[in-house]
Amino acid sequence: MHRYRFVLFRPLQFLPVLFGISVITFVLVRLIPGDPARILLGTRATPAAIANIRAQYGLDDPIWVQYLYFIKNLLAGEMGRSTLYKIDVLRLIGTRIEPTLALVGMGVLLALIIALPCAALSARRQGRIADHAVRLASTAGIGFPSFWLGAMLILLFSVRLGWLPVSGYGQGFADKLVHLVLPGLTIALSLSAVLTRSLRAGMIAGLQSDIATAARARGLPESAVFWHHVVPNALLPTVNLLAVNIGWLIGGTVVVESVFALPGLGQLMVRGIFTRDYMVVQGVALTFACATVLINFLADIVTVALDPRVEL
Amino acid sequence: MIRTADLSLLPRWSRRFGRRPMLAAGIAILTGFVVMALAAGLIAPHDPIYQDAAARLQPPSLAHPFGTDNFGRDVFSRVIWGARIDLQIAIIGVIFPFLIGTVVGTVAGFFGGWVDALFMRIIDVVLAFPFLVLMLSIITILGPGLSSFYIAMALVGWVSYARLIRAQILVLKTQDFAVAAASLGFSRLRIMFGHLLPNALAGSLVFIMSDAVLVLLNGAAISYLGLGVQPPVAEWGVMVAEAQGFITQAWWITLFPGLAIVALAFGFSLTGDALADLMGIRE
Amino acid sequence: MISAAQTGVPAPVLSVRGLTVSVRNGDGPALVRDLSFDLAPGETLAIAGESGSGKSLTSLAIMGLLPSALRSEGGQVRFDGRDLLTLPESALRDIRGGRIAMIFQEPMTSLNPVMTIGAQLVEALDAHETVSRSKARARALTALVAVRISQPERRMGQYPHELSGGMRQRVMIAMALLLRPAVLICDEPTTALDVTVQREVLDLLRDLQRETGTALILITHDMGVVAEMADRVLVMRAGQMVEQGHVRQIFSTPAADYTRELLAAVPRMGKGCGARPVPASAPVAVLRDVSVRFDIRSGLTRRVTHRVHAVESVSFQILPGETFALVGESGCGKSTIAKAMVGLVQHDGRIELAGRLRGSLDAQGRKALCRDVQMVFQDPMAALDPRMRVGDLVAEPLQIHAIGTPAERRARMFELFDLVGLPRDSAERYPHEFSGGQRQRICIARALALRPRLIICDESASALDVSVQARVLALLDELKRDLGIAYLFISHDMAVVENIADRVAVMYLGQVVEMGCRAQIFGNPQHPYTRRLIEAVPAPDPDHLRPAHLRPAGEVPSPIHPLGAGPVRMELRDIGGGHLVALPSSTMESAA
Repeated sequence: MHRYRFVLFRPLQFLPVLFGISVITFVLVRLIPGDPARILLGTRATPAAIANIRAQYGLDDPIWVQYLYFIKNLLAGEMGRSTLYKIDVLRLIGTRIEPTLALVGMGVLLALIIALPCAALSARRQGRIADHAVRLASTAGIGFPSFWLGAMLILLFSVRLGWLPVSGYGQGFADKLVHLVLPGLTIALSLSAVLTRSLRAGMIAGLQSDIATAARARGLPESAVFWHHVVPNALLPTVNLLAVNIGWLIGGTVVVESVFALPGLGQLMVRGIFTRDYMVVQGVALTFACATVLINFLADIVTVALDPRVEL
Repeated sequence: MIRTADLSLLPRWSRRFGRRPMLAAGIAILTGFVVMALAAGLIAPHDPIYQDAAARLQPPSLAHPFGTDNFGRDVFSRVIWGARIDLQIAIIGVIFPFLIGTVVGTVAGFFGGWVDALFMRIIDVVLAFPFLVLMLSIITILGPGLSSFYIAMALVGWVSYARLIRAQILVLKTQDFAVAAASLGFSRLRIMFGHLLPNALAGSLVFIMSDAVLVLLNGAAISYLGLGVQPPVAEWGVMVAEAQGFITQAWWITLFPGLAIVALAFGFSLTGDALADLMGIRE
Repeated sequence: MISAAQTGVPAPVLSVRGLTVSVRNGDGPALVRDLSFDLAPGETLAIAGESGSGKSLTSLAIMGLLPSALRSEGGQVRFDGRDLLTLPESALRDIRGGRIAMIFQEPMTSLNPVMTIGAQLVEALDAHETVSRSKARARALTALVAVRISQPERRMGQYPHELSGGMRQRVMIAMALLLRPAVLICDEPTTALDVTVQREVLDLLRDLQRETGTALILITHDMGVVAEMADRVLVMRAGQMVEQGHVRQIFSTPAADYTRELLAAVPRMGKGCGARPVPASAPVAVLRDVSVRFDIRSGLTRRVTHRVHAVESVSFQILPGETFALVGESGCGKSTIAKAMVGLVQHDGRIELAGRLRGSLDAQGRKALCRDVQMVFQDPMAALDPRMRVGDLVAEPLQIHAIGTPAERRARMFELFDLVGLPRDSAERYPHEFSGGQRQRICIARALALRPRLIICDESASALDVSVQARVLALLDELKRDLGIAYLFISHDMAVVENIADRVAVMYLGQVVEMGCRAQIFGNPQHPYTRRLIEAVPAPDPDHLRPAHLRPAGEVPSPIHPLGAGPVRMELRDIGGGHLVALPSSTMESAA
């Protein structure tokens, strides 16, 4: 199992990136023009609270000391208070993380459900009508703006057909799931376009590869050639692509949550920007960045599991 | 003499396009939008921001092919005028990241060592942030608006170009023709800009096209969220945002600006795909 | 039709009649045209030809595995009383692998990298027979034992990338013979392998064929392999049969001109003419104790834990006007020496070129050195910037070194074109518009532009077809005589080296094991590795007898050593007349 040893020491290699992330989020808030104390507390803060915050964040000290205070507070789970919701940012994020996670999960799941059969169909019937249709759809699909696609799906499935709720998150597991279908589909349609193209290219290369020819020469039926020898090798680059696109995907949730009024992190961030709730913006950006790092780590583990050649 | 040369070029080009319908279609779409943007004043039948209170929320008709919005503005004219802004978003939003990224990527890839290590760490950190999240964070500081969007784009977008060019330079650097150039005593600068970069740029031309799609979508999304182009300017993302409250009554206000985005993005994608085919680049 | 009983000749197991392969919906000429041959049980038929002759397409057409852009247009492939070309896919599947098996050139790309060897063997068995899991595994293991692979049980659980090239090809053979097919088609089965591994695989194939009685179709470009393996030969060119006949007849009295030319172009061992006397003068290159090591970092701190000892304490010198050959198998460090000589990798020890010590030079000196030492690579397409016209490519070195006016440079460029036999009007074209041999001529012209004293040829003729190769080698020889250049000729091909070299150094795992003039190395090889290398070369002569000794394929020794350790350093002893042979001496001290 020495191939999985990297799981132990890889997190240490994340330290430089995490350091960079913390610097950027710290600097972002400090770059906002105005008195940092008022930025942290909002405009209607009492003098006592301002004195308090100046001490807690070391605002009278040099900037690098302020950064150390920032790190110290972060490690203590202290991300500041939301000026709008009047609660700790960390707790606020805790209450909002579930819809976003569920949305990403739903999106990836639906995207794979759409992309795998489409790519397989297209690759196995290369040059025929089905292939052209899939290629056209995936080329166009990449250019679908999610805010518009979401609106169109609402128009069709909620307004016209009345099958699914227009917006919101709902109560209880089943209800939440129902509320997630359209937002998930919005993300999945864009994502599946990217995945289908990658999978199709990989499958076509695989079908023409020596591996496939050799497998056919051994008398394997075409379905075995495809599912045992072509698909596993086509999946490898796609896992990588999915990891690379995860940042793009999370960015997508910000927009989609706004369209469907899902009470997730993205919506929280956008509202934070409008209400000058800077601690919330900072906290969410930090959370998203750490999540991206974590997901890339998971993708590494999946790659090692799928490909015996990879050593990390 | 020159004239005959020009004439002989023409049929050859048309024949080339004839054999490449994807490239022809992609370039035709892009040309269409450029013409639309340049001649918006001539093509659009109405003033894009003129509010006609008497003609609110009218469905598509001969007078208003795409209908009117809740302020009585002509959606068709707004879509045409929107080409100006959105095309500008796609082009300016690509150029600056491309220039910065190409220089950084070439230098990092060619020199390696600590220069490379430093830039790669910076790139890692920037890439750790979801693209849109970092864009939004920067716009938070700069304040909403199109110029904030361009600045944020330049600050964030260069990383993908830098990574791409660097990776290509690293591969090209070890190829025999670069080794041959080095063994012929060529200077490092000549090898870098004379031999490696031109070969690396071919690949990034394809990437520019797919990046233009992403920039367009992001620009429109940021405007949709209310942080980019501000109303009443006709921009497709803004139009979709403004239409959202009326989706049950007037689907056309949402549909047409969105279709415009899809069509422009499709033009970029087709051109990019065709160029990739032409250059034999695999995904 | 005459029956087998009447003639006394056994009925053919496979019979191809009028096979034609062409591009689907294409109007170009057929890629294989009207090909007919018979394959008798237990015999070996070699289909020989250069690239583009259609020999590989023929094998794919027989198996019904042509790429979708191609199709068999006419003819018959009769096997077991059926025409394979008209058989439905499901019936073909039973025959593929079960009755007719196939092995390919590149075992790495033909094996699935994400499946274990055992799983792939079992899968091939499962496709044809219903056997229990344990039975299937047992039979897979037996097959691995049969191909004489070391530690067969362990191999079952390994992935293809964990095996050496020779072992992978053995796995392919095991998989092909698993179901005891009547016909085995081998498409360039040893082309991707080193010559000593090729020898092992060829011996194994011949051995297994004797044991199983399988009929063999051997597709190859190598006339040595043909002579050694085949009973009958079919020579192909541009999709058509040139001639076919018994192997002795083809080699002794070929009927077609093309066959004669092909055989004449094949470099032969033992036919090298005597070394030309080289006038004594100052050497153009002197290497003393040159070592190249690469660090391998691992673990969290990226600490150096191992080193690749690519080149270990190599010394030799090259005199003006001589061809000095470095010969050895892949990974022996011969190309690394070339890279060190042109300054592309860091080295320890002394490299003196044209009287100047590399390493002591400033930028100006290094540039001046480039004029004296030039390089020609294996793949001419990769060595030429695809975006430049070939005329500019050839003139570019002159421009960089600021030699002459533009008009003079142009004149020199044309002169160089004449010198290497390229038409002057091709200067405006791009590299991809030329054939492989022409591209290599462009590379040679470019290397000659600065009038170098030494040209390093790194496998410069290896990627070319034999007839093209012969012409390029002749050109190199001619240039040497006319211009008095010296060559460092790096090659894996012993036969080529014997034909072109004045002096030869044999390398193994980063060290020179034997060095001397051509007659000494080829007439009186002393080191066991040199002997193995020479014996391994297939001779293009069907009457050549060779002692068969089978060696099991094991792991290849590695030039990677932990930090502080190193390879056993060989010491060269002169056994007379400048013939140096390596004897192992003391273990190297810690290399810190």
